[in-house]
Amino acid sequence: MKPSFDPNLPIYTQIVDWFKQQILGGELRPGEKVAPVRELARDLGVNPNTLQRAMSELERDGLLYTERTAGRFVTNDSDLIASLRQEMIATIVQKFLAELTALGCSTADAVQLIKEFGGEIDE
Amino acid sequence: MSEVLLEVKNVSKRYGHNMALQNVSFDIGADRIVGLLGPNGSGKTTLIKIVNALLADYEGHVSVCGHRPGKESKKLVSYLPDKMALPTWLTVSEALDLYNKFFTDFQLTRAHGLLDTLKVAQNKRIGELSKGMQEKLMLVLTMARRAKLYVLDEPIAGVDPAARDLILSTILDNFTEGSSILLSTHIISDVETIFDDVIFLKEGQVNLLGEAETLRSQYGKSIDQLFREVFKC
Repeated sequence: MKPSFDPNLPIYTQIVDWFKQQILGGELRPGEKVAPVRELARDLGVNPNTLQRAMSELERDGLLYTERTAGRFVTNDSDLIASLRQEMIATIVQKFLAELTALGCSTADAVQLIKEFGGEIDE
Repeated sequence: MSEVLLEVKNVSKRYGHNMALQNVSFDIGADRIVGLLGPNGSGKTTLIKIVNALLADYEGHVSVCGHRPGKESKKLVSYLPDKMALPTWLTVSEALDLYNKFFTDFQLTRAHGLLDTLKVAQNKRIGELSKGMQEKLMLVLTMARRAKLYVLDEPIAGVDPAARDLILSTILDNFTEGSSILLSTHIISDVETIFDDVIFLKEGQVNLLGEAETLRSQYGKSIDQLFREVFKC
């Protein structure tokens, strides 16, 4: 699967976000090997240095790690993944509620709406 | 700064009364993909011809991996011209043989593989190929060399937008580790994600030069958008 990048924003931050989503959403499993930089850059259609920069940032965040000869892997730290996932969900919900509040929609209304629309999605 | 692969310093070129290039300066280090961006007639091809020793009467200084453009530099630079430069009566496989004899860094097996991927018929004469197919052939010939510097003059001008991704992945997949690419184009939207640095050439002068990601955060705009503003008619 290939993300589409918004060229108005720095590409590397979008690559970081995309990988976070893949890891937190379970698309990339803990301990799974990540493709080499050049291969990924080709597949995503981005500059290899930009991709390297994104990888370094994900390593700093602890989501990826490098084993000297074997390559790059997704972290095995499932607690870290779980807590970052909670954090991301909280951010999305807060943003969602803030936007609804700005439109005069109460939290109770929001719950009701989620039930209505959620039902449609689950079906 | 690591090794400088291409150094262009105060380069000017005049055609009669017309200044095609005026005081152009920039460096390209190792492992960079640089976009040379400008509308038609901005001097892109003139600059590229100087780098490839096809124009000798210019002012200023050009150095390719430590050599003046000439016989030695041509061994290190793989050049994709903006027009078909091979005799059109050659077949595709004869063109491959020619490159293979001419350039010691040419990888014939790689070239065959790339032609298959890009679906270029090997038994046809160049003259029988469509413009897009001719461009793909030239790209294969250029990228199958293990060069220090790849200079690609408008590699995507003639192919349809659907084939652009394929062209770009061919470029990204095949340039030698540690080498650099100078790619000229006036079509930016589909290719801007592959650049490390961009150079805007306007009426023969460098108008803007910088790292693509830095320019995006600085202006909050895509390189394509910046280009449209700089070159607004």
